[in-house]
Amino acid sequence: MTTIEVKGVHQRFDTFEALRGIDLTLAERRIGIVGSNGSGKSTFARLLNGLLVPTSGQVLVDGLDTARSGKAVRRKVGFVFQNPDNQIVFPVVEEDVAFGLKGLKLPAAQRGALVEEVLDRYGLGPFRQHPSHTLSGGQKQLLALAGVLITRPDCVVFDEPTTLLDLRNARHVTKVIEEMEETVIVVTHDLQLLKEFDRIIVFDEGRVIADDEPGAALARYVERMQ
Amino acid sequence: MTPEAGTLSPLHRLPAWAKLMALAIAGTGLVLIGDWRLVAAALLATLGLYRLAGISQRKAFQQLRPLMWLLVLLFLVQGLWQSWELASLVVLRIATLVLAAALVTLTTRSEALIAAIEGALGPFRRFGVNPAKVGLAFSLALRFIPVIGQQAQEIRDAQRARGLGTNPVALALPLILRTLKMAGDVADAIDARSPYSDPYGDDDDLPPRFVIEPGTINTRTSCKTAEAPQKT
Repeated sequence: MTTIEVKGVHQRFDTFEALRGIDLTLAERRIGIVGSNGSGKSTFARLLNGLLVPTSGQVLVDGLDTARSGKAVRRKVGFVFQNPDNQIVFPVVEEDVAFGLKGLKLPAAQRGALVEEVLDRYGLGPFRQHPSHTLSGGQKQLLALAGVLITRPDCVVFDEPTTLLDLRNARHVTKVIEEMEETVIVVTHDLQLLKEFDRIIVFDEGRVIADDEPGAALARYVERMQ
Repeated sequence: MTPEAGTLSPLHRLPAWAKLMALAIAGTGLVLIGDWRLVAAALLATLGLYRLAGISQRKAFQQLRPLMWLLVLLFLVQGLWQSWELASLVVLRIATLVLAAALVTLTTRSEALIAAIEGALGPFRRFGVNPAKVGLAFSLALRFIPVIGQQAQEIRDAQRARGLGTNPVALALPLILRTLKMAGDVADAIDARSPYSDPYGDDDDLPPRFVIEPGTINTRTSCKTAEAPQKT
């Protein structure tokens, strides 16, 4: 299991300080991150696989510094963005899923088998040769996840995975996340999604204001929002 | 654009590089031909190739629809100021070129097209051309044309709902801003999704060969969705 250490992290964007001195060790299998808009939770998520490098402090993934070993970190930590439309980069479903394998120089048959396997797992097999823009919102989110999982990361970070989905698709994606065996870190406003999680971290104004099991942490979050 | 599932005409089976080369030769030929009747014959031949590829004439017409007003305008301007023969030549030439280019994309997987483009640009590396970047740009263009079209429609709808007219500037500004914002997110996603390669081809420090065996993707999720894809 992947361990992520966040040590004295500050993140500034010009004069705005998005994160103010975060110290955390993430080693549980399911971790939820909640907070109001602008609280710093999405910035925090982007630090975890090196998409952002901290202004000061360090983020270590199994001992690898995200500032120095970005690619090695991204082999361990995948990232699913809020809007799958921005994450799908190839015009055809199967080509998009295969994008993460680029550089491995796998034989075509093996690559095809991997693509088929991951698409079938998410019920996207029948859409293998469809243009990706014709999928529904839920299917696009699953395609985005398939594109990440095909590279076999140990940990997947989700940034508000259900925000743009209707209730049916949100439930479907929630079920998929619940059943994943990888370490999962989910940034969300959807508190239902987090009820079975191991640990919840609450952000407010760039700081951690609660870090506990779901019952206690979510109660603190709800209280803070009133 | 992508070839339709299950269609395997002789045109579909031709390698991408051959189709691109044929397109380049045909394009050059069309520019050199000065007789509108020969260009009209080329247009008919192109429509014949659509038939050979099993693509309906309706779909062929759809490729020209976005250009229709431009073609009409060009025809009138050229006809009134120059001659109707020249007007016919110009319009038929553009229509044939667009149809031929669309035929290539309709009968070729985008992955194969990109590989062909990257291969063709390989020798230009020494002049500073980066084939991986061009290939990725081509892929992104194919992928995001419908997305940007959808965004333009959303902006138009929002403006109509607020009682605004159809001012092109009012559409262009928010669309450009949205597209720029999206470009930043897409660049992040490309970085996040490229753990084993440098998608921009700038970095020779690639990881060692790595084998992922089928059946080892670390998840037990098995969800079947019965949803139909959205209509295009």
